Amino acid sequence: MPAIIVTATAESTSPLVSLRDARFAYGEREVLRGIDLSVHRGQVVAIMGGSGCGKTTLLRLIGGQLRASGGVVEVEGRDLAGLSGKDLYALRRRMGMLFQFGALFTDMSVFDNVAFPLREHTVLPAGMIHDLVLMKLQAVGLRGAAKLSPGELSGGMARRVALARAVALDPMLILYDEPFAGLDPISLGIIGQLIRKLNDALGASSVMVTHDVHESLSIVDYIYFVSDGRVVAQGTPDEIRASSDPFVHQFVNAEADGPVPFHYPAAPIDSLLGGEGA
Amino acid sequence: MMSRTALDLWVGIFVAIGFAALVFLAMKVGNFSGINGNETYRVEAPFDNIGGLKVRAPVKSAGVLVGRVASIRFDTKIYRAVVEFEIDGRYEFPADTTASILTSGLLGEQYVGLEAGADVEMLKGGDRVLITQSAVVLEKLIGQFMFDRAADAPAQ
Amino acid sequence: MNAVLSALRHIGALTIDGIWRLGFITRFLLAVLLHSGQSLRRIHLTIRELYFSGVMSLLIIVVSGLFVGLVLGLQGYDILQRYGSADAVGVMVALSLLRELGPVIAALLFASRAGSAITAEIGLMKATEQLKAMDMMAVNPIARVVAPRFWGGVLSMPLLAALFSAMGIFGGWLITVAVIGVDDGAFWSQMQAAVEFEYDVMNGVIKSAVFGTVVSLIAVFEGYDCQPTAEGVSRAITRTVVTSALAILALDFVLTSFMFRG
Repeated sequence: MPAIIVTATAESTSPLVSLRDARFAYGEREVLRGIDLSVHRGQVVAIMGGSGCGKTTLLRLIGGQLRASGGVVEVEGRDLAGLSGKDLYALRRRMGMLFQFGALFTDMSVFDNVAFPLREHTVLPAGMIHDLVLMKLQAVGLRGAAKLSPGELSGGMARRVALARAVALDPMLILYDEPFAGLDPISLGIIGQLIRKLNDALGASSVMVTHDVHESLSIVDYIYFVSDGRVVAQGTPDEIRASSDPFVHQFVNAEADGPVPFHYPAAPIDSLLGGEGA
Repeated sequence: MMSRTALDLWVGIFVAIGFAALVFLAMKVGNFSGINGNETYRVEAPFDNIGGLKVRAPVKSAGVLVGRVASIRFDTKIYRAVVEFEIDGRYEFPADTTASILTSGLLGEQYVGLEAGADVEMLKGGDRVLITQSAVVLEKLIGQFMFDRAADAPAQ
Repeated sequence: MNAVLSALRHIGALTIDGIWRLGFITRFLLAVLLHSGQSLRRIHLTIRELYFSGVMSLLIIVVSGLFVGLVLGLQGYDILQRYGSADAVGVMVALSLLRELGPVIAALLFASRAGSAITAEIGLMKATEQLKAMDMMAVNPIARVVAPRFWGGVLSMPLLAALFSAMGIFGGWLITVAVIGVDDGAFWSQMQAAVEFEYDVMNGVIKSAVFGTVVSLIAVFEGYDCQPTAEGVSRAITRTVVTSALAILALDFVLTSFMFRG
């Protein structure tokens, strides 16, 4: 299979994913307050931000799990708000998603987990499914673990099996929800390399939600920083490294205080101390 | 994970045991081979007093179960109770059959006894049994007994 | 005054919440029925659930049925022999099992054995994002996970209840005929004269089918609706058992009043 490698700058056609002024609120609480973002074909894009800044919600909007309460979310030029359940499922067959802890089906073996999307969506004969599954497992280096059950895998291995499952149907778009959370440095490096390698080999595009700056900077094409429901900074890894933006600076250098305050909003401490005991 | 064939086998055993239990309940516990599944016909009979007769009480002839009481109502035209029986189609009775309300044992349930007459014509669905004998009511029986004793007394 | 108001407000909130949940569970049932095509077309999905809810409940049903029958036989004999009708013990054991104890106790056991397991399984799949992952793979979790478990429960319940009654009657026979020495012929013939297939046996089967549907629905609903945390799953399991037990007993009263009034 010839790998189609498209660099971000050379891409001139319409973006695969495009969000314009996308908003979302859980009841009264506004989580996203107007996000503009686009993912071009072949790109690996990272969405970064602190915990609870709405980046996972953003990923769910792209996957169609949540519907935007305002603005436009387009995948392949189609507005997700206008899709019926059936059309959304048709679109999702061409998407893969890696969940935070893998979300492997605990009642199936590793092999059956990877075979699941193939069995559900294709009518391939068992022999061909067997070969395809082993090829996907080989790609993540876990062909030997095919017979194990998910309970016997380490966190990093489970994540890799889930990755094999996510790419089982050769998707055009792969979504990653915190792919690096809770991994040791070696597993973290392996997952990072796999994300890049699989994206390029499949000619797919990837969107990754993470707060791991250094691993991301080494593998992605473009980065969005999200804070308080808005995109506060964006750029290529080189631009980010060179950025003088205070938020980016705080995030990249992991400083405790900055635009994201260390203290939860409260009355000045002087007014609280020394008064009550006296 | 258990293999597919072993799983199928166990489920097969489960379903077989379940149905065997149902068949046991039908054949050995319940009287499935009784009047069920056969054609039935309904006849009704007026009684002066039905005592404690209930819907679904047995209808017997010569001690054999031939049907069930289907409904009981009070007819305001004749001021009597009208009991409807559902009788097994295999058993036909002459038109002048007698229906009486009897009690099985001293304290047992009440049932309807049919005593065949001699008519050549047979009862059909919707017909009425005209000769009936009411339930024996214990109070009346005792009352009758006292009355008879009282009536006999002066003669002594 | 304030206490009265707050009590009234509490009652109001409970009522609204109850009605809302009832509406929600009805919509959920419709969704399950709508997406049941797959569990029938791909029958092995349902067979697998028949194994987990049916075969895995066999042991507890058989053992409990036997013991309930033994106790019924002992108590029934003790009471009936005072009135000289020890022969009727078979009638008493059979009727109480077929009409009430079989369907009700089997359903209660089923709720705590299979119902709680179904809730735990679905709840755990929700907590670990397996349901979301399935949905993202364009596979409807209601069709693939919920509906087969629902049908597995619905189908196995009447069979389990029949087995429970049969084991109970066998237990009653064992203690009264084989141990105490009631006449074998009288035991069975009195039973057969009093028990009617269409009336007593079939109504019991209908009851158990209703209970099976309700317990399975509650179990899959609580699992699907639970808070996706370890604590949420354990609360959902408790709710399945409690709600099922209440629903079984309340429905039993309603069904009995319709079926056995004559």
